Amino acid sequence: MKVAVVTFPGSNCDHDLYKAAQQVGADAVFVWHRERGLGGYDAVLLPGGFSYGDYLRPGAIARLSPIMEDVVEFANAGGPVLGICNGFQMLCEAGLLPGALVRNDSLRFESRDVRLRVERTDTLFTSEYEDGQILRIPIAHGDGNFEADKETLEALEDAGRVVFRYVDVDGEATTEANPNGSWHNIAGLVNEGGNVLGMMPHPERAMEEILGSTDGVGLFTSLAASLAATRV
Amino acid sequence: MSHAEGAATAPAVAPRTGDPEITPEVVADHGLSPEEYERIQRVMGRDPTFTELGVFSAMWSEHCGYKNSKRLLRLLPTRAPWVIQGPGENAGVIDVGDGYALAFKIESHNHPSAVEPYQGAATGVGGILRDIFTMGARPVAVLDSLRFGDLDTPRVRYLFGGVVRGVGDYGNCVGIPNVGGEVMFDRGYEGNPIVNAMCLGLMKHEDLITAAASGTGSPLMAVGARTGRDGIHGATFASEELSEDSDESSRPQVQVGDPFTEKLLLEASLELIGSGAISGIQDMGAAGITSSASEMAGRGGSGVEMEMNAVPVRERGMTPYEILLSESQERMLVVAEPGREDDVRRILEKWELEAAVIGTVTDDGMFRVLEDGRVVANIPALPLTEGCPTYEREGIEAEEIAALRGADLSEHLIPEGDLTKSFLLLLGSPNVASKRWIYGQYDTTVRTSTAVRPGGDAGVIRIRGTKRAVAATTDCNGRFVYLEPRTGAMAAVAEAARNLVCVGATPTAITNNLNFGNPLKPHIYYQLREAVLGMRDACEAFETPVTGGNVSLFNETDGRAIYPTPVIGMVGVIDDVSKLTRHAFHAVGDDIVLLGENSGELGGSEYLYVTADLVAGRPPVVDLEGERMLQQAVLAMTREERLRSAHDCSEGGLAASLAECALGDGEDPLGVDVEVDEDLRPVVSLFGESQGRIVVSCTPGETPEVLRLAERYGVPARRIGAVTPADDGFSVRVRDGALSASLDELADAYFGALPRIMDAPALER
Repeated sequence: MKVAVVTFPGSNCDHDLYKAAQQVGADAVFVWHRERGLGGYDAVLLPGGFSYGDYLRPGAIARLSPIMEDVVEFANAGGPVLGICNGFQMLCEAGLLPGALVRNDSLRFESRDVRLRVERTDTLFTSEYEDGQILRIPIAHGDGNFEADKETLEALEDAGRVVFRYVDVDGEATTEANPNGSWHNIAGLVNEGGNVLGMMPHPERAMEEILGSTDGVGLFTSLAASLAATRV
Repeated sequence: MSHAEGAATAPAVAPRTGDPEITPEVVADHGLSPEEYERIQRVMGRDPTFTELGVFSAMWSEHCGYKNSKRLLRLLPTRAPWVIQGPGENAGVIDVGDGYALAFKIESHNHPSAVEPYQGAATGVGGILRDIFTMGARPVAVLDSLRFGDLDTPRVRYLFGGVVRGVGDYGNCVGIPNVGGEVMFDRGYEGNPIVNAMCLGLMKHEDLITAAASGTGSPLMAVGARTGRDGIHGATFASEELSEDSDESSRPQVQVGDPFTEKLLLEASLELIGSGAISGIQDMGAAGITSSASEMAGRGGSGVEMEMNAVPVRERGMTPYEILLSESQERMLVVAEPGREDDVRRILEKWELEAAVIGTVTDDGMFRVLEDGRVVANIPALPLTEGCPTYEREGIEAEEIAALRGADLSEHLIPEGDLTKSFLLLLGSPNVASKRWIYGQYDTTVRTSTAVRPGGDAGVIRIRGTKRAVAATTDCNGRFVYLEPRTGAMAAVAEAARNLVCVGATPTAITNNLNFGNPLKPHIYYQLREAVLGMRDACEAFETPVTGGNVSLFNETDGRAIYPTPVIGMVGVIDDVSKLTRHAFHAVGDDIVLLGENSGELGGSEYLYVTADLVAGRPPVVDLEGERMLQQAVLAMTREERLRSAHDCSEGGLAASLAECALGDGEDPLGVDVEVDEDLRPVVSLFGESQGRIVVSCTPGETPEVLRLAERYGVPARRIGAVTPADDGFSVRVRDGALSASLDELADAYFGALPRIMDAPALER
């Protein structure tokens, strides 16, 4: 599995994502945002960070980077694209995912471990999890409050495109368990084709016991397994 | 380049048209005494120009020249076999094993933060990051040590909220995890907050680069952000007292930070260093181009010549004086290898930054500045960087402090009302309560190497690819230093070392930040000298040399000085990260063992502050040899994997320490059933802040071995109780008194305190 980790000016989770991909056996390659062409890659990963210092809006300037045209093309051709944190924001800005990520309702940067409930296990990114499994994963963002208009939200829910939801330790999607005010406690969702996943929490930071959790591993092994399956 | 040609002959320096005439008032405005001005005239062999005066004023300020502290700092131990770089560089560097070196340093941004908390704190973080990556090290962790007045005024809450946001936004954006620090709220800091930021960076030994300008003819390049009019004379400003009208009039002296540019500059700098295209690099921090260029020349034993019109600027019409003294952020000065200027430019371009040749390294030992080819400053570099006059001042203890220390505390030994009530009050005091409100705004997990996050005794960063980890902590109880500076400074070093051993790290070296009042006042100089002596004694006893740091004097508002606050930033090494310990109790049935003994003081305690609004009494004694043995004992226990938790006793005493162990991060609290029989009053037993104590837990099977190890090191130790189910609550009995509370009550007091104070006003708005 050969995956591209796209680095933008201001990305700061690119190395973490790179190492997470390597940990599950992927051949990870850094791709600078000014490069062109994603042929030859099996998946594209958009890392977290503060691309362009979050100027204007998070992800708004990164969307204009040359490589993003190729990312859109790659996604539209059915290629797997994973955007984490700032990467999720870019996917929304680029129109690959609906809605927008606005300022946390606390108006503060929120950094802590949250609990996520796995809502679907039939995606490229979650096949190794169990339905309803509860994950412990760190978040660290100032703009993670997912918003969309009513019709979009209903359509997302009806189509089962919400993949991760913020929950409490008992698995309930309560207001207290919601770290940023996201509608319906949405933490991650996929596009219509199911090949583009955006999520605010950082699975790449939950890959080793020494770091506090290994619950992120499943996401990367799922992706690796899906890609291995398609290739056969 | 035409400006390089005049180097051979001593050029004439004539006053620049439009520059103010130098009068005694102008000299005084530059923070220089008449004697210092005469010294400048002697160094120069003539009157300085206005530009030259500005350069001297910055370099001979306390901030750059350490004129009131240098003689004292020389008393500190700085050597050890593991020290690779001691004081005098951008940061200290130590060997941490497996071919890795750790660069680390602490720096203050007190004055800017008092005026503009958000930018002041943010640029404080920016500056310390640059000090680390200019050594060739990649920053891997930030810590912040903060002090504010009591949180009961809107002004203090504004300062506190702004500083936390500033520290967070900057570090979060650059992507450096915050792994620890401390904060204290006390009226002693009202009006003059302390904002100290510490950074750790890792590198391979061979990547170490220093900031020396050598190689005659090598081009000097300005890289990164452009130079603007912000922060002019920040170094001089930082060396003055604040007054009521400092807020408004001083704003232009506060720099504005841009963490996005910093992140690019960080990547570009490390790439530059790796490319071999440069031989030296230095942050343009305090006193901007002036200090970076003159210090590089001074260290390299060479000279520099710079053309001001070649410096990329943000606005037109800037004078050489302004360009030289601007403290615009996110700028670096590099010495390129001759002929490799284009390589430097290419790397900077990739990161969307600028690089411009602004001068050359010379061999005539002069710091020379040109404007359009005309010499506007020509100063011998060595006297500029090394010739700052240093003073040894008179130091006499203030009588009122001696009186405070001798105060009779007996009436406070009998609690008013219920002990448990006092305890919950203490646990909910901002000084004891959980600091989650703060570090919840800091990214603590980016870079995926944080093994112990904030909230524990010390932050731990593993070194990827090895079994090792580095640990760091910042500590200082300013009340103790205030009441007895020598003891207080020893306590700060001792507490830092205890915090490190509690995570299983061997204390290795320190960086210090000396935050004091105006040293021209004898009682302040007394505090400074005594604190340095206490620090010296403790550092020698623990073999933790000082590899650098920062001095921030004149921390006074309207003549009132802060508590003397020599913040200790200590680093340690963990050989095997799988053996690290954390502070939270682990499992029901584990034994709780207290190492060390209560020496019976209540002086300077949080209990007195909370219940009697009092900072008085004799601070706890520090037994350096006892502390050293305690450190050794805990390290042996960790090495042999005997412990399931370890936690230091500090603010709030044994009772608060036990509560913190019980609560952990709040997710899986455990109960406590403890009995301590000491020949002391209950409040002293429970809340006294006696030094040299650590609470550990272990399985009952290990207890005999833990006690035996303690005995081997001569450390008093006894089993004081057991970890119980959360439903059984928190119960601590001492002679003639007892505490009893549910875990929910503890959690509410401990975790709820800061949110209640900080979020409530926002809701009311």
